[in-house]
Parts: sequence; structure tokens; C-alpha cells
Amino acid sequence: MPRTHDLGGLPAGAIDQAEHATEPWERDVFATVITSIFDAGLINLDELRRAIEDIPRDDYARLGYYERWTIALETLLIQKGVVTLAEIEEKLRAIDARGHVA
Amino acid sequence: MTGRYAAGATVQVRHGSMSGHYRTPAYVQGKIGSVVRLHGEFPNPESRAYGATGLPEQPLYMVRFRQHDLWGDYSGESADSVVIDLFEHWLAPAEEQDV
Repeated sequence: MPRTHDLGGLPAGAIDQAEHATEPWERDVFATVITSIFDAGLINLDELRRAIEDIPRDDYARLGYYERWTIALETLLIQKGVVTLAEIEEKLRAIDARGHVA
Repeated sequence: MTGRYAAGATVQVRHGSMSGHYRTPAYVQGKIGSVVRLHGEFPNPESRAYGATGLPEQPLYMVRFRQHDLWGDYSGESADSVVIDLFEHWLAPAEEQDV
């Protein structure tokens, strides 16, 4: 079976081509990924693609474009030891506790 | 810059492992196409995707396929085609055909 992203030629419904506004968090994810690749040299583009393709099929279909980027970036930065899952979870708890991100 | 295939060469795309990162879509695997040109040599994304350097660099070609050869039920013009960038290790020589 082809990898999750390899969709060419498969049956599909109509494509929603409506434009939508970019959310602030999507800009943050974009900037963080691009910085991780081109400025910090922590990951490369092929690794990002691979990590996106590794997302389980059902999740891949459900998630939005930058949600996939977020998961892939988290996976890669943990794999490479840049951050730990515990550090991410601790940060998420802190954000939850204060009720807002910034 | 050297490549095994010259512009105009007829090639057949190999069937490859689908277990790792690849950039050869399933819908062209096993299909016959025609080399448009050699782009040059580039790091191999299949190993680079797992943290390796991707070296040595591999020849990358632009390959043209007839839409009729890709889709059994294609109803468009017979001249319609699609061009895809494919690495040399995904290609095998093919008998000359009308592509």
C-alpha cells in the first residue's frame, strides 16, 4: 500500500478551493519549522516530509496542513534530543494553568 | 554531470518499497515514459529523510508520461502528458515505444 501522502489517482470528492485566513498559530509553526531547517540546521526538509508521512493514516486525513507540520516537528525535535516530551507537556500544563498562550 | 539516460530515452519506472520515504508516486511505478532531460545530481531524499547525508548525489531526471498510459479511463486529449522528476535508481531501460 502506498504511503499515506501518496494520493495521486485515488478516488476523491470535490476539492474545497476556498481561501481561508492564516491563523496566528499557523504562522508560528511555519516560522519555527523554517527556522529549524534553514537557520538552526536541526532538521532537513526530507526528514520533515518523512515525519509527516509517518502520521497514522486516519490522523493524517483528519488533520490540517499545519497540524501535520506541528506533529512532524515535535516528533523530529524529540527524536534528535532537542526537546523532550516531558518539557513539551510541562509547557502545555503551564499554558493551560494560566488560560492563555502569550 | 553524467547520467545513464539521454534526453529521449524510453524508461520504465521501477516498483519500489513503500515502507520508507520515497518521491516516486505510486501512479507512475511500472509505467513507461520518456526522458525529457537530466536536471543534475542531488542528495538522495530517501536516505536524507532518515538523517543521513543523502550522498553520493544521484542523477535526477524530468520524465514525461502520456496521461493515457497512466489512467485507464483517461478521456482527455491523446497528447496530454505529465512530467515528473525521478531519480535514476527508480528507472530501467525500456523497449522503444510510442510515448
